[in-house]
Amino acid sequence: MSVATSVAARLPSRSTATNRGDRIRRKLAANLTAYLMLAGGLICFALFSWYPTVRAFILAFQKTNFVGASHWVGWANFERLFADPEFTAAWRNTVEFTGFALLIGFAVPFLLAVVLNEMRHAKSLFRLLVYLPVMVPPVVTAILWKWFYDPGDGLFNETLRALHLPTSSWVYSTSTAVLSLVLVSTWSNMGSTVLIYLAALQGIPADLYEAAELDGANILQRVRHVTVPQTRYVLLMLMLLQIVATMQVFTEPFIITGGGPQDATISVLYLIYKYAFVYYDYGGACALSIMLFVFLGIFSAFYLRLTRTND
Amino acid sequence: MRTPTSSRLAVLAVTAGCVLTLVACSSSSGSTSANGDVSITVNCEPPTSDPIDRKNFTDDIASFEKSHPTIQITPKDEYPCDDPKTFEAKLAGGQMENVFYVYDTDVAQVINNGQAADISSYISGVKGLDDIQPSTLSVFKDSSGKYYGLPKTNYSMGLIYNRSLFTQAGLDPNTPPTTWAQVQADSKKISALGNGIVGYADYSSGNQGGWHFTAEIYSRGGSMVTSDGKHANFDTAAGKAVLQNLQQMRWTDNSMGSKQLLTQSDVMPMMGSGKLGMYIAAPDNLPTIVKQYGGSYDNLSIGPMPGAKATLLGGDGYMFNVKDTAAQIQAGVQWLEYENLTPGLGQFNYQRAAAEKTPVGLPEPDLWNGAMATSDAQAKAKYANVPQQNYAAFQAAMQTLPGKIEPPDAQQIYSVLDNVMSGVLTSQNADINGLLSDASTKVNTLLANQ
Repeated sequence: MSVATSVAARLPSRSTATNRGDRIRRKLAANLTAYLMLAGGLICFALFSWYPTVRAFILAFQKTNFVGASHWVGWANFERLFADPEFTAAWRNTVEFTGFALLIGFAVPFLLAVVLNEMRHAKSLFRLLVYLPVMVPPVVTAILWKWFYDPGDGLFNETLRALHLPTSSWVYSTSTAVLSLVLVSTWSNMGSTVLIYLAALQGIPADLYEAAELDGANILQRVRHVTVPQTRYVLLMLMLLQIVATMQVFTEPFIITGGGPQDATISVLYLIYKYAFVYYDYGGACALSIMLFVFLGIFSAFYLRLTRTND
Repeated sequence: MRTPTSSRLAVLAVTAGCVLTLVACSSSSGSTSANGDVSITVNCEPPTSDPIDRKNFTDDIASFEKSHPTIQITPKDEYPCDDPKTFEAKLAGGQMENVFYVYDTDVAQVINNGQAADISSYISGVKGLDDIQPSTLSVFKDSSGKYYGLPKTNYSMGLIYNRSLFTQAGLDPNTPPTTWAQVQADSKKISALGNGIVGYADYSSGNQGGWHFTAEIYSRGGSMVTSDGKHANFDTAAGKAVLQNLQQMRWTDNSMGSKQLLTQSDVMPMMGSGKLGMYIAAPDNLPTIVKQYGGSYDNLSIGPMPGAKATLLGGDGYMFNVKDTAAQIQAGVQWLEYENLTPGLGQFNYQRAAAEKTPVGLPEPDLWNGAMATSDAQAKAKYANVPQQNYAAFQAAMQTLPGKIEPPDAQQIYSVLDNVMSGVLTSQNADINGLLSDASTKVNTLLANQ
C-alpha cells in the first residue's frame, strides 16, 4: 500500500465524520435524561463546593471585605498567620487532639465492638445504649458535658468527692483541657464507629474462629490472628476518616471552652472561624483553610499510598 | 404512561426551577415607586418567642404607616440581630436590609468599609437630636463629622449585686463598694457564706472577657489603645492592676469560684439563683435576670463602676444600607425617630409597658440631656414598676463619672484579651506580664491590618 493510500485510509472521509457526529448526537439524545439528572448534582457541587474551594484559594492571596474591591497582597496573609502565636497553638492543639482521639477514640470503639460481638444476651439493648449518644445533637452534647466538667457542682467532681477521690479542673486547666474535649468527642461519636466495626466483625467467617480454637488459640490470640487481619481494611479506612475528621474539630472547643483557657483548646478550624468572623480577616481565614486543605490532602494521599503498598 | 419526552421535560423543569430559585435569592429588597411611595425593610423584629415585644413592634409599624401613608415598612425577624457571620455576606450579596441593626462595637468598621450610607443631610429634622448625649451620638459619626446611623439604646457599666447576700454577709445593701479594694473585701465576705456562693464573677470567654477587661482598665484610668487608635495601650500599670486584683480574688481569697471561662449566659443564672454576690454589668441585665433566671427586682441593685475613674459606654443602633435611595433613607430616619427617639412612643411608650407589666424605671437607656431627658425621666417615674431606689447609687454616680466608648475594632481586641482573662482565672501562676505583652503584640498586628 502506498503512503498516499495509507494516509487517505487514516483520514476520515466526510461521510465517516457525519456518521460519527450522528452517533454522538444519538448517544446524547439517548442519555439526555441521565445527563440532565446529573446536571443538578454537578451544578450544586460546582456552586456550593468547587467554586468556594477555588475562590478560597484566590482569597488566600487577597485582602477583601466582600463589598469593596479586593486587593492582591501576595503571601502577606500567610506571613501574618505564621507570626500569630494563636497559629502555633491551634496546630499544636489540633495535632494533640488528633493524637489523643486516635489513642482513645480508635481503640475504645474497637474494643467495645469486639465485646458486643461476643455478647450472647441483651445484644440489641447494649448496641442501642452505645449508639444513643450519636442521636444527641452535638451542641446539646457539648452543653451537657460542660455541666459534667463544672469543677464546683458538676457530675464528675461531685462523684469523685462522694468517693473521696481527688477532683480535677477538667476543661478549666491548660494541662487537662484537650484530653477532656477528646472524651466528649469520643463519647458522642463512637456509636457509629462501633456499628461499622460490628458489621465488619460479623462478616468474619465463623469457621476461622473454630479453626483457631482447634489450634488452641486463646481469646487474645484469636483477636490478634483472626479479628484484626480480617477487619484490617475497615480499620485502616476508619482511621483515615477519623484523622481527617478530628483535624477539623470545632464544636467542642467552640461551645465548651471558647478556645481557652489561654488558647489551650483553640483548634485550626476554630482559628479559621475567628479570623473570618471575629477579626473579619477573610484573607487570613482562607490562607489557613488552604493550609489545612493541603495538609489533609497530602496526608490522605500519603496514607492511602502507604496502605496500598502494604497490601 | 409517561413518555421519555415528558420525563425530560420534568427534569428540565426541576433544573430550571433550581436556577430560578437561585436567581430569586439574589434579588434585593425595598423600593421607591414613581408616585412617591417608598418601601423599606428593617431588621431586628423581635422574635415570636417574645410575643409582647413582637406585638408592640408590629403595632408601632402599623401606627407609623398610618401617620406616614407613603411609607411601607417590612420587618425582618432575625436573631441575633447583628450576626458577624452573615453581616458581610448579606451586604456583599445585596441582601442587607435598608435599615439594619448594629452594635456600637461594629459601627466604625462598617463606616470604614464603606458599607453604610451617609445620612447627614437627612437627620436635621429629627426632634431632640441635639439633646442626644454626645458620647452616644458620636459613635455613628466618622472623623469628618458625617453621620451614618442613629442610636437605639445606650448603656454604661456598673456593679450588679444581690442585696440579700450583702445583708447575710453583714454588708449594707444600700452602700455598694466603690473601689476595687472594697469589691475584693466584700467578695471575700460573701463567698465565706459557703453553700457554693461565689462572691464576685467575671467573664473570660466569648469575647466578653476582653470586654470586661476594657471596662475594668477604664475604671482604673487606663486605656486600651493609644489616642490615635493605632497601637495597643493596655500593657500598663492599670492593666496589671486589673489582673492582679482578679488573681488575688481567684487564688488567694478563693472568692470567685472554681468554674471559669464564664460568659454572660453563665453569670446571669448564677445571679438569678442567688449564688452570686456581684458582677459588673449594665442595667439591661436586670430584666433578663428576673425574666429568664428567676431573680427579683427587689433583691437586685446596681451600683457605680468601682474605681470611679471612668465607665465603659456602649449600645446599639441602626445604620443604612449604602445602596439605599434618598427616599428610603428619609423614610428610615422617620421610622427610627418614631420608634427609638421619641418620648412616649415606641420603645419609650412607658404607659403601654406598664400595662403589659414589663419593667419601667430602669436607669437605661438614658439617651438624652436637657429638656428631653427631663421629659423622659418624668414619664418614666410616672409609670415606674421597679424599685428605682435600688439604682440610686448608680444614677448618682452617672452624673459625674466620665463615660468612655469602646476601642476601635473592639470585638477583635476583646477576643485577644479573653486569653489574658482566662489565663489569670484558670492558672494560679499565670505570668501577668507575659500575657499582657503577648496580647499587646497580637492587637498591634490586628490594628495594623485594618
